[in-house]
Amino acid sequence: MATASIPTVERENYLNKHYGVGSWLFTTDHKRIALLYLLSITFFFFIGGFFALLIRLELLTPAGDLVQADSYNKLFTMHGMVMVFFFLIPSIPAVLGNFLVPLMIGAKDLAFPKINLLSWYLYIIGGVMMLHCMLTGGVDTGWTFYVPFSTAFSNTKVVEAGLAIFVAGFSSILTGLNFVVTIHRLRAPGMSWSRLPLFIWAHYATSIIQLLGTPVIAITLVLVAAERALHLGIFDPKLGGDPLLFQHLFWFYSHPAVYIMILPSMGIISEIIACFSRKRIFGYSFVAFSSIAIAVFGFLVWAHHMFVAGISVYAALVFSLLSYLVAVPSAVKVFNWTATMYKGSIYYDAPMLYAFGFLGLFTVGGLTGLFLAALGIDVHVTDTYFVIAHFHYIMVGGAVMGYLGGMHFWWPKISGRLYPEGWAKLAALIVFIGFNLTFFPQFILGYIGMPRRYYQYPPEFQVLNVLSTAGATILGVGYLLPMVYFLWSMRYGKPAPDNPWNAAGLEWRTASPPPTFNFDEEPVVTWEAYNYDELNRFPVKEETPVAR
Amino acid sequence: MPDSQLTAAHNPALLHHFAEPQQQRDAASLGTWVFLGTEIMFFGGLFCTYLVYRRGYFGDWGAASKTLDVTLGATNTAVLICSSLTVVLAVWAAQTGRRRLLIGNLLATLVLGTAFLGIKGIEYKEKFEKHHVPGASFQFNNVMIPGHPDQYANPSHAEIFFALYFVMTGLHALHMIVGIGIFIWLTVMAWKGRFTPEYNTPVEMGGLYWHFVDIIWIYLFPLLYLIDRHP
Repeated sequence: MATASIPTVERENYLNKHYGVGSWLFTTDHKRIALLYLLSITFFFFIGGFFALLIRLELLTPAGDLVQADSYNKLFTMHGMVMVFFFLIPSIPAVLGNFLVPLMIGAKDLAFPKINLLSWYLYIIGGVMMLHCMLTGGVDTGWTFYVPFSTAFSNTKVVEAGLAIFVAGFSSILTGLNFVVTIHRLRAPGMSWSRLPLFIWAHYATSIIQLLGTPVIAITLVLVAAERALHLGIFDPKLGGDPLLFQHLFWFYSHPAVYIMILPSMGIISEIIACFSRKRIFGYSFVAFSSIAIAVFGFLVWAHHMFVAGISVYAALVFSLLSYLVAVPSAVKVFNWTATMYKGSIYYDAPMLYAFGFLGLFTVGGLTGLFLAALGIDVHVTDTYFVIAHFHYIMVGGAVMGYLGGMHFWWPKISGRLYPEGWAKLAALIVFIGFNLTFFPQFILGYIGMPRRYYQYPPEFQVLNVLSTAGATILGVGYLLPMVYFLWSMRYGKPAPDNPWNAAGLEWRTASPPPTFNFDEEPVVTWEAYNYDELNRFPVKEETPVAR
Repeated sequence: MPDSQLTAAHNPALLHHFAEPQQQRDAASLGTWVFLGTEIMFFGGLFCTYLVYRRGYFGDWGAASKTLDVTLGATNTAVLICSSLTVVLAVWAAQTGRRRLLIGNLLATLVLGTAFLGIKGIEYKEKFEKHHVPGASFQFNNVMIPGHPDQYANPSHAEIFFALYFVMTGLHALHMIVGIGIFIWLTVMAWKGRFTPEYNTPVEMGGLYWHFVDIIWIYLFPLLYLIDRHP
């Protein structure tokens, strides 16, 4: 990529306005807080990845040789807890959402900047508690904390892990609260709801789930901790307490939590596909409202995690049916994205490659979700690697692909530098290949009967497990690469123009990186979202067309 | 120039990222309501748990509920309803610029809130004395189920009742303590004369929170104290 004119004197922006540790730790600038989150979630991503690596190494051979059963239980538990609560949940909302929500709607900051900083501190406190828990013995209940194992039998640090997630949960609630109020109250003049970027709609839907779901798991974890520490006995079967009630409360949050991970990613994909197809998104309002529909339906399907746990046949029937319903808005999105690309002028830049990856992997993950929503098949594959493969296709293949695509798309805006496009395309390819090699064999493994959460397995499963471990290694390289060249580009990358992609959206109409208060003068919006027809004819600024 | 623009230009309480005081007020108000929505979900998990067990163990829970002191519970309900009145008066005083009335009502709210916690403390003490605290020393033997003179309540099911009693009223008391903290801060700010008819959002938001905590108690009182009671 080349640019026509690059300012020689660096403009004042949010990165160079203040220096020093204090200017970061006490900042209330949403852009700086986004970067604080970026550093912290990347740290936890590599911790969770380290556990994944150990899990895959153990499963390289059928025998339990690298670690023993107890350690293995802790490994998959802490892999799940770290990845879900300390990476995936905050990933896109707290990093890209924090950075972009005010920029995209033309606001100077989020509605409550101090609460935004507080949410990061809560995340860090929760994270430190989690680290302390891991370093002093860890926890082995699975990330699901199922009672009565977690309350009465596990002799690991359940209370501390639960409280760590409780604290981190409040950081998630506060982020959601900030987004809802900001989107309602701080839109620039002319930025009506029907002109909002779909990224904003997706974050609005995500925030609703964070606000309504997270408090429920918070109180549930309090009950587990209280039962363990004070022997209150609310879920204790010995007293007549109901362990299934715990599962209901847990999944009431933890199923919608999957949509906390995937919805923001869908928002990113909408932005990328419209930009790199040079077309207005097909069916804007359908894509927008399908986000809301996913958030609403997402709250009505939780018991499909409990089909074999002993719920009534009629309840299972209803939850199975409702689970199918979630597929409708999800499919609406996928069809609209493909329709957007139809007859578009498609550019194969790195963000678009991630978007393609997302489309394929999310479709596989979503369709296998339908297998699992079907009662008969679910009985066969419950708690097997089929489930593992399914949710990794959604949470890693979907959410993380979208996250990486978004990081590449907005990196010029965040850092003011261009990343090396060739390396980025290579990384996108490596991630896609590595991901499929890791997780596709797990569908087969699960289908032919390998259960999850076991550290040894019959020798006939070894070939597929070796493939999976090999894929995980490739995937690891694919994840390390962007970290290396993003860091490299901060120092050596070419300075980015304000709008390197000639993209629509207010965030591209301010400087790269943006000034502290985002816009030099308050923007007034007079155009529809994704007005690529106009942009193709009249680029926003003269230096913006990109030589590809 | 109209007055509102003058105050907008000179209002020290207007934060940089808001265009005008009205926008800031609206944001604070929406934020508070959304926060209270999350609080409903927070308590909602407990109410849901309550519902499941009360339906399953109605007789045992009726027996356990009868051991609670209705007089103290009702007194506390009255105390909280009175405190809601003083909160409303405080908000009105702030909006109309009556500083002494504002401080008086904030202090009255603090007194009532503290009285509530004191009475709650007396009740908790009683639970310890009667061995009605869940755990190793819990005892609930030979207690009749109301309306069934020949049946004794199952102590295990009663223990779940008391576990929920402590979690629900404990969480509510925690919210009361936070509320008292907020109202102490409001009193200090009111003392310093920070609230004017133009700027009194914190009083209003603190009031919303206080009313919410009151309403939780309005539900807790009948649900916990009045199971299967007959005149």
